[in-house]
Amino acid sequence: MTDANQQMVEQYRNNFLREVEDNVEEGGWVKMCMQCGVCSGSCPLGPHWDHPPQELFMMIRAGKRDEVLQSSSMWMCTSCYNCIVRCPRELPITHIMHGLAHYAKRLGIAPKNQPTHKFAQLFWNNLTKTGRVNELKLGLALYFMNGISEGIKTSLKMKDVGLGMMMTKRLSPMELIGGHKCKDTSGLQAILKKAEELEAARIPVAGK
Amino acid sequence: MSDVIATNQTILVVGGGISGVTAAIEAAECGKQVILVEKNPSLGGRVSQLYKYFPKLCFPSCGMEINLRRAKANRNLTVLTMTEVSAVNGESGNYSVTLKTSPRYVNENCTACGECEKAVEAEFASEYDYGMKKRKGAYLPFNMAYPQRYVIDPNMIGTDDAQKAKDACKYDAIDLDMQESETTLTVGAVIWATGWQPYDADKIQPYGHDRYDNVVTSVEFERMLDPFGPTGGKIVRPSDGKEAKDVAFIQCAGSRDRNHLKHCSRICCMATLKQTTYLREKYEDDFKASVYYIDIRAIDRIDDFYQNVQADENVTFIKSKVASITEDKDTGNPILHGVNTEGYHRYSNPHDLVVLAVGMEPSVAKSDFPIDVVVNDNGFIEADEKNGGIFAAGCSSDALDVNRAVQSATASALRAIQVINRVAGTEG
Ligand SMILES: Cc1cc2nc3c(=O)[nH]c(=O)nc-3n(C[C@H](O)[C@H](O)[C@H](O)COP(=O)(O)OP(=O)(O)OC[C@H]3O[C@@H](n4cnc5c(N)ncnc54)[C@H](O)[C@@H]3O)c2cc1C
Ligand code: SF4
Ligand code: SF4
Ligand code: SF4
Ligand code: SF4
Repeated sequence: MTDANQQMVEQYRNNFLREVEDNVEEGGWVKMCMQCGVCSGSCPLGPHWDHPPQELFMMIRAGKRDEVLQSSSMWMCTSCYNCIVRCPRELPITHIMHGLAHYAKRLGIAPKNQPTHKFAQLFWNNLTKTGRVNELKLGLALYFMNGISEGIKTSLKMKDVGLGMMMTKRLSPMELIGGHKCKDTSGLQAILKKAEELEAARIPVAGK
Repeated sequence: MSDVIATNQTILVVGGGISGVTAAIEAAECGKQVILVEKNPSLGGRVSQLYKYFPKLCFPSCGMEINLRRAKANRNLTVLTMTEVSAVNGESGNYSVTLKTSPRYVNENCTACGECEKAVEAEFASEYDYGMKKRKGAYLPFNMAYPQRYVIDPNMIGTDDAQKAKDACKYDAIDLDMQESETTLTVGAVIWATGWQPYDADKIQPYGHDRYDNVVTSVEFERMLDPFGPTGGKIVRPSDGKEAKDVAFIQCAGSRDRNHLKHCSRICCMATLKQTTYLREKYEDDFKASVYYIDIRAIDRIDDFYQNVQADENVTFIKSKVASITEDKDTGNPILHGVNTEGYHRYSNPHDLVVLAVGMEPSVAKSDFPIDVVVNDNGFIEADEKNGGIFAAGCSSDALDVNRAVQSATASALRAIQVINRVAGTEG
């Protein structure tokens, strides 16, 4: 268990719903769920994950903290918004799903090998370096996410797509060395640092 | 209509459903002068379109008949059909009201012999049957209509068909030159009893009422049971006319939903429980009813009705708000998709027919009242002092069953009578 996680467990004791309300984006909505089941029934990922949204919301109320935060479910949300448009209580379900994922990640207890979790980190690292997404490096990082041999295989498979993108100027080979960036990279870094400080004062973060 | 006499001691009742008729009779039997206006060609309102009443499962026509007998016997009561209120001005004890009457093209000579109906050819969608059936251009709105007088559809005017109707009438009852008329009267109090309308099911996009033949509303289902109705009293599928023995009911269709009506319509749970008994009545043991619900809200004394239906082995309750409906192209079966929240089981269940238990909304929108009235978030009229001498009765005040609607009507009659007594007192 991480230090940050331990701190939250102690702070909220058995009141996981409160913890979610205080710390998870749009978490205040969870108590409004009337368990009708429409979000779960509408979710295209429904059969493929452990807990559909409505079940997660019930588990939050039932205080099943570890099962919720360590679950891979919210990492699978594709932001299709099917659930939001149909929810009779207008819960911002998609945002809560991402909020839960983000919170678990912050506390250092998100499932380590969940691919969207991994990709999200790659994306963030890539973007914050220069203020621009480096498509080429991001793509390669993604292909090699699970080791060298799989990386080479995937790269070969995607070769034609990559070449096509280069032909149509959607991807530049120059990106491999340096690549494009925003005007004031150090300014951006300063903004992100400040934001991180503010957020850390509000919610602890694992490993810091 | 110009012969209608009214003073500030007269009570105007708007809407001739069970609530308006009750309020009007109660006030008239207390000796007050009452004018009852109804926009349709017949009194009766929505209950006349129901097959049976919960909780006793008797026929609505019987209660209505007693009321009409009382109405006919009372000389204090004037009934004006095809009439709407276009303006109301003034204050409690002294309102000026403008009534607009559309032409019926048939006068009081009519004996309802039906010859005109036989003579004409043109047909129109029947309002009484929610468009599930056609009626002629010369018609009686429904068998039990009151007054028992025919109507010529305004679209007939100027056609040969209209002339044929007139020629067929032996009683000189058809007057094709009848015009819309308007009159302004003084009344002391107004009882607003314009009732409810079913929520437009086409707006519930994932359920496909507008796309799939075998998805009908609860009010349409009631019409199927009428022996003189669109299916001759048979529970059949609109797509192919086959018997529908495996029927799904979807609760809260348009109610308790911030995308549609926010309120619980309060009646639709009981209406569905009642409609499962229709299946047993028609098919005995050879049927299956599946009720998809969020909570069953059978209110107080009718809870035993719920328990009886629960005990029926052919009725299954599935705790789930259905997410969407698709259609099996080969069989025409609607397929319901969702998650059973008791155990989180996903389902894709085909049924013969789906009945949407649609919500009840006020039939008059806030912006359409001829005078400012205080309504709640859901558009129902509040009991608010600011409404002065205007009182709501029945479903214009809330989604109610008949029992409660009638109680509310009696209460509003009493309030209106108090206004009239006050006026009479001050005027000596
Ligand atoms: C599917 C279903 C089944 C039901 N089954 C039952 C049951 O079994 N038992 C039970 O107790 N209840 C039942 N109900 C409820 C019942 O229908 C209502 O309680 C009842 O209709 C209320 O009567 P009302 O007079 O208030 O309104 P309405 O019946 O709506 O009557 C209003 C009248 O006002 C007229 N009107 C409307 N606007 C105007 C206007 N601007 N000017 C003049 N006139 C106007 C209308 O034409 C109508 O005649 C059911 C409801 C549903 C949805
Ligand atoms: S659709 Fe909304 S109210 Fe229904 S279970 Fe999902 S979150 Fe809860
Ligand atoms: S937005 Fe996410 S949770 Fe909602 S239906 Fe789509 S995938 Fe499922
Ligand atoms: S209008 Fe004339 S023909 Fe038609 S039903 Fe009445 S009396 Fe008969
Ligand atoms: S009465 Fe039942 S079906 Fe109707 S809105 Fe309320 S809970 Fe839903």
